[in-house]
Amino acid sequence: MVTLLYLSSGLFLGWSLGANDAANVFGTAVGTKMLKFRFAAIIASIFFILGAVFSGAGASETLGSLGSINKIAGAFIVVLSAGITVYSMTRLGLPVSTSQAIVGAIIGWNLFAGISTNVQVLSKIVGSWIMSLVLAALFAFVIYRLVLRFKTLQKIHIFRLDAYTRLGLIIVGAFGAYSLGANNIANVMGVFVSISPFHDISLGPLNFTSVQQLFLMGGIAIAVGIFTYSYRVMLTVGKSVYKLTPQTALIVVLAESLVLFLFASGGLHDFLITRGLPAFPLVPVSSSQLVVGAIIGVGMAKKARNIKYRALGKIGLGWIVTPLISLLICFVSLFVCQNVFMQDVVNRKVVQNQDCSEDYCSINYGIDEVCQKP
Amino acid sequence: MLFKETKLIEKQMDNFLDIISESVLVFQEGVIRYFRKQNDDFDSSLSKVEILENRADDLRRDIENRLYTETLIPESRGDVLGLLENMDKLVNGAKHVLKEFSIEIPMIPAEFHEEFLDLATTAAKGVEEVVQAARRFLSDPLSVKANLHKVYHYEEEADRIAEKIQRKVFRSDLELAQKNHIRHFIINMDSLADRAEDVADRLAIYTIKRSM
Repeated sequence: MVTLLYLSSGLFLGWSLGANDAANVFGTAVGTKMLKFRFAAIIASIFFILGAVFSGAGASETLGSLGSINKIAGAFIVVLSAGITVYSMTRLGLPVSTSQAIVGAIIGWNLFAGISTNVQVLSKIVGSWIMSLVLAALFAFVIYRLVLRFKTLQKIHIFRLDAYTRLGLIIVGAFGAYSLGANNIANVMGVFVSISPFHDISLGPLNFTSVQQLFLMGGIAIAVGIFTYSYRVMLTVGKSVYKLTPQTALIVVLAESLVLFLFASGGLHDFLITRGLPAFPLVPVSSSQLVVGAIIGVGMAKKARNIKYRALGKIGLGWIVTPLISLLICFVSLFVCQNVFMQDVVNRKVVQNQDCSEDYCSINYGIDEVCQKP
Repeated sequence: MLFKETKLIEKQMDNFLDIISESVLVFQEGVIRYFRKQNDDFDSSLSKVEILENRADDLRRDIENRLYTETLIPESRGDVLGLLENMDKLVNGAKHVLKEFSIEIPMIPAEFHEEFLDLATTAAKGVEEVVQAARRFLSDPLSVKANLHKVYHYEEEADRIAEKIQRKVFRSDLELAQKNHIRHFIINMDSLADRAEDVADRLAIYTIKRSM
């Protein structure tokens, strides 16, 4: 019961992710009434959960290597701080991403625990955020050009094109939901992985790991968020925030989904590595920012003159401001939790001598040695 | 299910455009029959165009209904509805002219017959071209321009012929009342080409919107 209480911050963040980010996949389709909300919500929930359970491990490992939180109370505070950051910045109308908030909170925990943050991992994460935005714009640019050429050559009737677009929105939306679940479940449940309260379950040949059970919980929280709150967000996204035609939305969601998939698929990562090719790091990225990147890509392909490049500046600012705010909230909250509520937020006795190299170890307050796996 | 609905509405749109095209041919035929004093044949043309007008109205309402209830083509729905309503006015215009011939039986001297037939043919050609443009708009918007150009040409030509007949009529020895009566028919026939031009203007904008 206490464990569930601690996991509640992750479930809250999952709910908020479902409520907000499902709109990045099905927003325009529902907002323009190309798809009915109930249908879109069912598809999104199923594929979110599938993506989270079966492909969510990769991005979680990266977050784990940034800061291996070793006390469930600490993990609770980390996720809660990220949640508070996302909530407050959204209320203030500032661009925010769960991925960036969670990274800031983890660094906050590292600072509190006296663990030096792995700069290599951090730079890999920040580099991925920048690269993901560029890739989303590039993919959208190329896909738009290809679709335009195809449309011109095929001379598809307006009503048939409408039917193809609907079908495309369902298929691409499902793929987007799967990729988003795989990529973003790390934000919701990633910090609980090393302290998962669940045990592996074996049903014959099927093995349901404790991490998968944890991700399933997160996935269910996301699905609840989709069903309870995402409709309003979808209507806002579909009609006012960025008004796209269904065909442009299809291109934008496809570009966004491909990027999410590249940064979440362990299978693709291993495939590229085994062939000696450079692989995409498995890092949680922001779906909202990918949508902005993809829209800019489409705008460039259309040679539009009114592209608001200031949006990119705002995103860049978000990369710095969001983690900083989250870091501060997390640090202060950990202090309060430890000293006011007398909860252990850092397990100072966890010293992993055998896996620990000098580079990744630090002496914490001169009492316990705390280290982080390289 | 989705594609079945799509095929049905595609077919309905084709039928609607066929009706517009047919009605303008019947209109042309009716004017010829009126001047040849083939009264029975003229009446049959009038009743045919009335039937076509009713069919066009029914089809238009059915398509509009489907577009809303099935929430089809959300980004172009307004444009297609506007197109349907304006195309429907072309059939109404054709029927209106023939009906007025039938009710008012204007006395048009033989010396003007040739020009009147020219006006009817030119207006009909404008409508034919706009029907072609509408068909292209639905599947190949980039090629619409070629037809629009012809619609504008026929509209200008119709205006020129209409003006020419009016000048001729008002310089003749006819009674002023008869001159005014004939002018009324010239303007009505010319307005058919004007309506085709209105549809063409709308199509030009819809095409820009669809190609973006």
